[in-house]
Amino acid sequence: MLNVASPLINGLKITLQHLFKKPVTLQYPTERPEIGPRFRGLHALNRYHDRSKCVACYLCPTVCPAKCITVEAAEDPITHDKYASRYDIDLLRCIFCGYCVEACPVDAVKMTGNFELANYSRDDFNYTQEKLTDKQ
Amino acid sequence: MEYEILGLPVWYYIAMVAKVLVVFVWVLLTVAYATYAERKIIGHMQVRLGPMRTGWHGLLQPIADGLKLFFKEEIIPSEASTFAFLVAPLIALVPAFISFAVIPFGSTLTFGEYKIPLQIAAYADKAGSIIDVNVGVLYILALSSLGVYGIVLAGWSSNSKYSLLGGLRASAQMISYELAAGLALITVFMVSGTLSLQKIVADQAGFGWYAWRNPFLFAAFIIFFICSLAEINRTPFDLPEAETELVSGFCTEYSSMKYAMFFMAEYANMITVCAMTVTLFLGGWHGPFTDAMPILSPFYFIAKVYTLIFTCMWIRATYPRYRYDQLMGLGWKFFLPITLVLIVGNAFWINVVGAGNWLGTLFA
Repeated sequence: MLNVASPLINGLKITLQHLFKKPVTLQYPTERPEIGPRFRGLHALNRYHDRSKCVACYLCPTVCPAKCITVEAAEDPITHDKYASRYDIDLLRCIFCGYCVEACPVDAVKMTGNFELANYSRDDFNYTQEKLTDKQ
Repeated sequence: MEYEILGLPVWYYIAMVAKVLVVFVWVLLTVAYATYAERKIIGHMQVRLGPMRTGWHGLLQPIADGLKLFFKEEIIPSEASTFAFLVAPLIALVPAFISFAVIPFGSTLTFGEYKIPLQIAAYADKAGSIIDVNVGVLYILALSSLGVYGIVLAGWSSNSKYSLLGGLRASAQMISYELAAGLALITVFMVSGTLSLQKIVADQAGFGWYAWRNPFLFAAFIIFFICSLAEINRTPFDLPEAETELVSGFCTEYSSMKYAMFFMAEYANMITVCAMTVTLFLGGWHGPFTDAMPILSPFYFIAKVYTLIFTCMWIRATYPRYRYDQLMGLGWKFFLPITLVLIVGNAFWINVVGAGNWLGTLFA
């Protein structure tokens, strides 16, 4: 009889103890989560002078497992530098693995803490170079 | 000039209507806020917050839920038996509310020469003695078994396999657990010698609560409470609407206000069962200073009922649902024999030690 009752009573004890614990709930839109420094959110391109740092080496589209990055190279007519005339990320295909950031030899692409990526149309998820480049 | 109807002053009838209104509003409000309390308590027991958005700490949540259900579209399945489908929620809801008619929720208030017993179906005659339904317990037992008809009817008329299974389970569960609950109540009648709830409560004055009278009565109290939980389909005995197995059981096909009625019936039943347990085992409205200040007694009653309702929610947050064969085994092979033993043991105790307040005489 005692063996029947004691686990039942133990269970009640545990739930009662939990009643007085501080809830772990985050009241999301008003309370913001703390985002770690290495969080993999929305991509961004670092800027060098007037354009992004990207030198169009094609390492990131090569390493990308989801094949969501499209890069086109061009030559600067004055400095003869190679640069990316087009750098698009299709965010609907991106799996946020961060391989592009690891692969980048010139520290051009990075990932930010922005995780609120909801949008209204399919086209809004195609992030072009203008949208990605830091606006500092 | 005093007007009289059927030999009683008009004031008695006015008091009666006032009592009905007060109790009905109290039960409705408790039903509404029991849903809120349940979500909050279970939430905090799971280290969550529960409803927080509607009003301060989600206090308007029951009103929002009610409004939402009220304005939802009424859906009646085309294959359903329409009349039974429409009547079933009412059959479930009405007995849940009217069982409160015989529960004494306070002692007798005295206004000058008038005495008003705080129990809906009771009045004081001219000699000043209080008359109530002398088979109050039977009345409640009858109504609580009537409530299951609504569930069975809902299960059958929905014409859906899940609903039918839910209804069948509800009736089987009701039959198995009503036996044990009824037998547990017999121990109370052996001590009280009456079925009138007014007299049962009066007999428990001064902490002579039936639950503490003797060990057999205490065991009967626990068994009655558990069996009542099973009768009203509360977790861990909520097999008729087990959502992991039966979608939503008997109320699978119900929507809008009809669903709300089943929901209200469930909570009203919970309040009735808790009030019944308080009345029969935990001294009813008795508490410190109720003799000097009768106005305190409803508050003691409410406090005791709310404590038991909290226990129901606590149990819901703790235990998983019984498997069907376990449920039947528990009812027939465990509770039923134990209650039979309790009746015999109680009879011995009454003959050897006496029916009085044994603990009270021990401390006195």
